[in-house]
Amino acid sequence: MSSVNYNVLGLIFASMHDSYVSELTKQRTMGSIPFGGRYRLIDFPLSNFVNSGVSEVGVITKSNYGSLLDHLGSGRDWDLARKKGGLHLLPPYSQTGGIYQGRLDALSNIWSFVEHSKAQHVILANCDVVTTIDFNPVLRQHIDTEADITLVYGKGAYDGEKNPSTTILEFNDDNTVRSVLVNPRVSGECNHWLEMLIISKDVLKKIVFDAASRNVCSFTREILQSRNNEYKIMGYEHKDFFVRIDGMDSYFAANMMLLDADKRTGLFKNNMPVFTKVGDNGPARYGLESNIKNSLIADGCVIEGTVENSVIFRGVKIGKDTVVKDSVIMQGTVIGNDCSITSVITDKNVEISDSKVLTGSATYPVYINKNGKI
Amino acid sequence: MYTKKKVVAMLLAGGQGSRLYALTKNVAKPAVPYGGKYRLIDFPLSNCTNSGIDTVGVLTQYQPLVLNEYIGNGQPWDLDKMNGGVHVLPPYESQAGASWYEGTANAIYQNMNFIRRYDPDYVVVLGGDHIYKMDYSKMVDFHVANNADCTISVIDVPLAEASRFGIMICDDKNQVTDFVEKPKEPKSTLASMGIYVFSWDKLEKYLIENENDANAKREKGEPWSKDFGKDIITSMLRDKQRLFAYEFEGYWKDVGTLDSLWEANMDLLSPSVPLDLYDKSWKIYSRSSYMPPQYIGDNAKVENSMIAEGSNVDGSVDFSVLFAGVTVEEGATVNYSIVMPGTVIKAGAVVEYAIVGSDCVIEGGAHIGKSPEQVDNRDDWGISVVGHNVTVSSGKSVEPKEIIGENI
Repeated sequence: MSSVNYNVLGLIFASMHDSYVSELTKQRTMGSIPFGGRYRLIDFPLSNFVNSGVSEVGVITKSNYGSLLDHLGSGRDWDLARKKGGLHLLPPYSQTGGIYQGRLDALSNIWSFVEHSKAQHVILANCDVVTTIDFNPVLRQHIDTEADITLVYGKGAYDGEKNPSTTILEFNDDNTVRSVLVNPRVSGECNHWLEMLIISKDVLKKIVFDAASRNVCSFTREILQSRNNEYKIMGYEHKDFFVRIDGMDSYFAANMMLLDADKRTGLFKNNMPVFTKVGDNGPARYGLESNIKNSLIADGCVIEGTVENSVIFRGVKIGKDTVVKDSVIMQGTVIGNDCSITSVITDKNVEISDSKVLTGSATYPVYINKNGKI
Repeated sequence: MYTKKKVVAMLLAGGQGSRLYALTKNVAKPAVPYGGKYRLIDFPLSNCTNSGIDTVGVLTQYQPLVLNEYIGNGQPWDLDKMNGGVHVLPPYESQAGASWYEGTANAIYQNMNFIRRYDPDYVVVLGGDHIYKMDYSKMVDFHVANNADCTISVIDVPLAEASRFGIMICDDKNQVTDFVEKPKEPKSTLASMGIYVFSWDKLEKYLIENENDANAKREKGEPWSKDFGKDIITSMLRDKQRLFAYEFEGYWKDVGTLDSLWEANMDLLSPSVPLDLYDKSWKIYSRSSYMPPQYIGDNAKVENSMIAEGSNVDGSVDFSVLFAGVTVEEGATVNYSIVMPGTVIKAGAVVEYAIVGSDCVIEGGAHIGKSPEQVDNRDDWGISVVGHNVTVSSGKSVEPKEIIGENI
């Protein structure tokens, strides 16, 4: 972990792309979606900033942010309850009235916060890309190449039919960006923009005020696509594991990816812990006839039955003779005895009484609402 | 500027834990790991917070580094307070000179100024080596209702075990008439739990008296001591002060020995033991390790066990407690054992009826411990213990009752 870098300000868009996972964002926003057994999506960008020495972070909210505020509190669990810098929650109101439309509109609303910061560089990140990244090498490259904007990307499979929100980058030989394509109808290995970028505060200010005067709000369309020639835009390849959540199927698949040891070690690095709100649960407790295979299990669970190929969040109870397979069971869910649960996503605090059978399919898991009772 | 507190707690955490020596070579006894994610001191600290006691002095002396770091500013227990909170109180040097704590009473005596800042009515004195959940506020209420000068928490123990404890003899109104330390022929089965509530004015008086008496005896070359049970309680009884016994019902375990530490962990796996770590109304708090959830692999067989975050299990685990970040490889076996944080049990290793300290490596082919059935003479059986940071090489074994502190 590096020492504190007061020259960088982190900004997280907590609500970008909420609509892609509308079931999960009914009562929350992208940043507070539970993920990986004990986390919320915002834990990843927040921990990335903290582990990179960025200790001044603004979180730009939009709607449904009650659960996000509850999760973040003062920022203490990320070591961001600070006098100098620290965590700042930025409310969503637009200067033009109503709630902001795009990234540029949002930035213009919160500009006084950015202006107030002593940092020269700003790193923007979303919550819908799950990855662990050290921003220090990105920053070094950004400064060394004298780029105006450095976009962080990762190489991976892409299918224009299935990845609705993906932005694909193409580069010239000198690693400057040639084209920025939103959801092109191609497939194969592509450069996925991880919706993270570094920009100097001065350039960002010019862009934001210029956009406000022209009443445009999309950073991707107006700047990366249309004004590509005005700015020196470079790419930085992030070679570690990343996954993007842009639908219920990819949310399910992303959780399941954590059952793969390589992907787990790519996300959970010894020197870059992923911080989250502390739950103060006891360790997981396994009963006399429990049988667990290939599963990720969080603290506070009490498991008496069988669990296979599943991700079980904090404080879940699974009764005797119950079989849970290929499922994502969110925190506080209680499943009774003698149930059969296959390819299911239960949201928080679901209750499933004895002897119930629920079966979805791997490509279309059954989703049960928060606090649902079956 | 300090505001008055009704109750201040003083936690005696200086114990060396010499009977746990393989696990307390570099850490004070209250910092010994317990129950998959806790340290012993989490229990009294959490009990304080849950009882509404927000001012706690922790008296440290022996190997305080790990304990001090663990307590930090007290935030995990909600004891990071502007007024009050948790304060680590090591021995210090004053104009009169420096002195180590010369007994439990002397440790409090040397920190009377800490207590006086809060002008408390009552002082709760606690130890750091017991596992229990207790609402100290009820004990304080009992103390007040009896107009007591000192209240001692007691637990009813089997007569056969009574001679191991400090035993209170009471009248029918719970007033203590006599106190005997480890009696050969116990007249009662009410054992002191080492938890006291004192009216502060009385405690202050007797601490000063004991200090002066003991120092005078020392100058004359007579035997002296500065201990709670032996000196303070005895003097108060002699002076006909009002001492009451507060009977505690519930789970209480002294973890003074390696055997009892093992048993106390095994108790967590027994459905008949009334210590619920999942009760949201009385949480036991601890400092988080920020590790990902545990992964249980395809080849794993996990039954009747407690496993903490960050662990990676692909072998067989039965009747065991695994702490954070423990690895049990495919083909390794862990039965009836406690494995502390960061330890790796390699493929082909067997660990049974054992305590394995933190950050150990048990190589494939190593064998730690034996079940009682495998030992001809039952008296030869006991748990096996591997201290912290020890590597046990392939082909080596650790016998029952054996304690290993160095690589073998």
